[in-house]
Amino acid sequence: MWPLIKIIPTQTHFQFVRLARLAGVLSVLAVVASLFFTIYPATPPCGGLNCGIDFKGGTVLEFATKPKLVDLGATRQAVAHLARGDVQLQAFATADDPNAQYHAMTRFQTPSGANPAVLVQQVKGAIVGIHGPQTAFSRSDVVGPKVSGELFRNGIMALGLAIGLMLIYIWFRFELQFGFGAVAALFHDVILTFGLIAITRMEFSLTTIAAILTIIGYSMNDTVVVFDRLRENLRKYKKMPLREVIDLSINETLSRTIITGLTAILALGGLAIFGGEALYQFSLIMMFGIALGTYSSIYVAAPIILLWGVKRGEEEAAPIKPMGATTNR
Amino acid sequence: MLNLSRWKVTLVIAALIFGILFTLPNLLPQSARAHMPGWLPGKTLNLGLDLQGGSYLLLEVDTADLFKEKQTALIEDVRKTLRDDQIDFTDLGVANGAVMVRVTDPTKLDAAYQGLQRLATRTASGAIDLTITRAPDQRLRLLYNDQALREQEMSAVDQSIEIIRRRIDELGTKEPSITRQGTNRIVVQAPGESDPERLKNVIGQTAKLTFQMVDDTVSQADLQAGRIPPDDIALPATDGYAPFYVVKRRALVTGEMLTDARQANDPQTTAPVVNFRFNSQGARRFGDATSRNIGKRFAIVLDNKIISAPVIQSAITGGNGQISGNFTTETANDLAVLLRAGALPAKLTVQEQRTVGAELGADAVKAGMTSTLVGFTAIVVFMLLTYGLLFGGISVLALLINGLLIIATMSLTQATLTLPGIAGLILTLAVAVDANVLIYERMRDEIRAGRPVLSSMEAGFSRAMSTIIDANVTTILAALIMFQFGSGPVRGFAWTLSIGVVTSVFTAVIITQVLLAMWYRARRPKKLPIV
Repeated sequence: MWPLIKIIPTQTHFQFVRLARLAGVLSVLAVVASLFFTIYPATPPCGGLNCGIDFKGGTVLEFATKPKLVDLGATRQAVAHLARGDVQLQAFATADDPNAQYHAMTRFQTPSGANPAVLVQQVKGAIVGIHGPQTAFSRSDVVGPKVSGELFRNGIMALGLAIGLMLIYIWFRFELQFGFGAVAALFHDVILTFGLIAITRMEFSLTTIAAILTIIGYSMNDTVVVFDRLRENLRKYKKMPLREVIDLSINETLSRTIITGLTAILALGGLAIFGGEALYQFSLIMMFGIALGTYSSIYVAAPIILLWGVKRGEEEAAPIKPMGATTNR
Repeated sequence: MLNLSRWKVTLVIAALIFGILFTLPNLLPQSARAHMPGWLPGKTLNLGLDLQGGSYLLLEVDTADLFKEKQTALIEDVRKTLRDDQIDFTDLGVANGAVMVRVTDPTKLDAAYQGLQRLATRTASGAIDLTITRAPDQRLRLLYNDQALREQEMSAVDQSIEIIRRRIDELGTKEPSITRQGTNRIVVQAPGESDPERLKNVIGQTAKLTFQMVDDTVSQADLQAGRIPPDDIALPATDGYAPFYVVKRRALVTGEMLTDARQANDPQTTAPVVNFRFNSQGARRFGDATSRNIGKRFAIVLDNKIISAPVIQSAITGGNGQISGNFTTETANDLAVLLRAGALPAKLTVQEQRTVGAELGADAVKAGMTSTLVGFTAIVVFMLLTYGLLFGGISVLALLINGLLIIATMSLTQATLTLPGIAGLILTLAVAVDANVLIYERMRDEIRAGRPVLSSMEAGFSRAMSTIIDANVTTILAALIMFQFGSGPVRGFAWTLSIGVVTSVFTAVIITQVLLAMWYRARRPKKLPIV
């Protein structure tokens, strides 16, 4: 039984490509749905995403009121009065405050024309006024409108640039068709991740962009491993139909795909459970992305190659040549 | 590939020594580190503000304000120059971004033109900064050149950085980092400073101090009707006696002429005050002005707000003075700090502010450590279960050395470790295993294809190599982009990821190779335990 690797057969014969059509339809549907939820309602700049203050501007304050209990009602009223608009306020639990009685977090926008720095000071004053001078602010983040716009642009630009660079790299290392396959898989993963973030209303922030960039790196990594084997097998089995070569290559790399995916998800699971509030969403998004990356290298990247066809050396380019011609070279 | 060449073994041993030596300071208590001999590395991981607590401020120099200031000063200069030359003028003011003035007597237009040329100076690059042109209707137009304004902006940012540094140093904040970003932005990072409001107050105030005479000839009624002489200006007051005072535009003395300022207590009222001392020029000017104006009032103006407006009892010639106002000890002390450090050349606006309390940071470190340990253990158990004691054990050993190398490199380069960086670290460890998996799976393939053990192992390494490189280059590319576009915590993440990729390729390839080669030499196995 042990080591477990002995149970995993050295060679599997799953016919992945047979399901490619069905998977393709599902993928397209998922991508369309994700795009819809990401964009709808099309309010700039974030659409369907729950933008954090990084991209929308505004303020987040976290405060502890011990020994007094948090007065959510009074706080909400005071903050809403000062910030004149949409105010989020929620109590949260910590290790020494499991019932969320002494800790709260508020998030608000700066009304246009107001000075964000001054507003924060006023809000802090109001919160101290309600809960007494022992109130402590454990976190206060203020992002001005100019900076949030820049951060948003930079974030989107980083994503676009990452995808472009991957295309160039794959093009350089493989053939163009491979590059398209890889980038299609990449778009698939990124868009579906956006869909997840939109549907679950997770906060879309700078850290989220970092998570997505990492997913791009991982998704490519996975695709490259399959493509590497595919390229090798295309050279090795020149007469085998493309569909079979693809199946063979996926099967040959299957045990690696599973083992690596599992280690990554195990490690991220630890992060999600023990990493605290700040890392919870981050690791959740990454786990989702890694699962996607694995799926997409099998069912998006490879089938696109099949759809597109691939140049397989001179034999395929000139199929009418007599058999002997190749040996004469 | 599986030959145990001397350079490979040396490299592994060197990496091991490097890893242990530079990781060690992180495990020792502060007291032990202090007593270590100087030649040993003593640097620990550089924790980001989100882990150790502190404030991050992104400030922008208000260029528009700077140009407005410059224009206001130019108007005053024009007024003074033409008066000194005894040329009458009207309509002095700003139009379309330039200063315009109309000379009343057409015959004196040339003289005015010549006289105003004196106001132009050469900039650092040698260009003339001010262009004066004639406009219709006996008008002259004075405009600063773009080049001069740009140079002005650059030097204003540099000057601001210098002044902020002085102010923060005076506050006793430990190791603040103050850097320029782009053309007109300044990033201030102050670890441990738990009160960002005070920091912001101290940094954000322009602290332009002037002493101006109060014009008592303007009545309260005139002030309300807005009938103020052109030489005068109404300024808000915070002294509690009147909401506004009308003062002369021209300053008697400015804050640049101060040599010292200290918080003290007034001997009679014990209220907190600020004592200051002028330099010789300031002392002379202040002495002259006070001796000429006994019985009148002057205003102490800070950033266009009047702090107090005392009556001059006698000539103040010693160069010492006192500012009283509605101060607490802390605000008086902060004002003294501001006056000592000097005024900012332009207004600074806070564009972004992030503060994490030290306690929250400590919690984050704890959570990060726990999750790293849990993640690491999960990977170790999984690898041992999957590949057995020998092959699994070898990759676990490689992983341990990998972790050591990452921490050592981060300590050495003082790269900032942030909370997302910890996530990057865990992910790196998970993906580092990937290189091992690729190699082992390749070996299994080769055995299956009927190759003997040794050549299967050889092929496992050589064939997996290009895949490993390809797979890791993509991660490096993603990290590079994060580093380019990200800020703060995201950069930390990218940096950790990049270091991790390099060390994990090294450990997974070289260290695994050496260990497997040693095993092969000792045992000469007939089959691999992973098939």
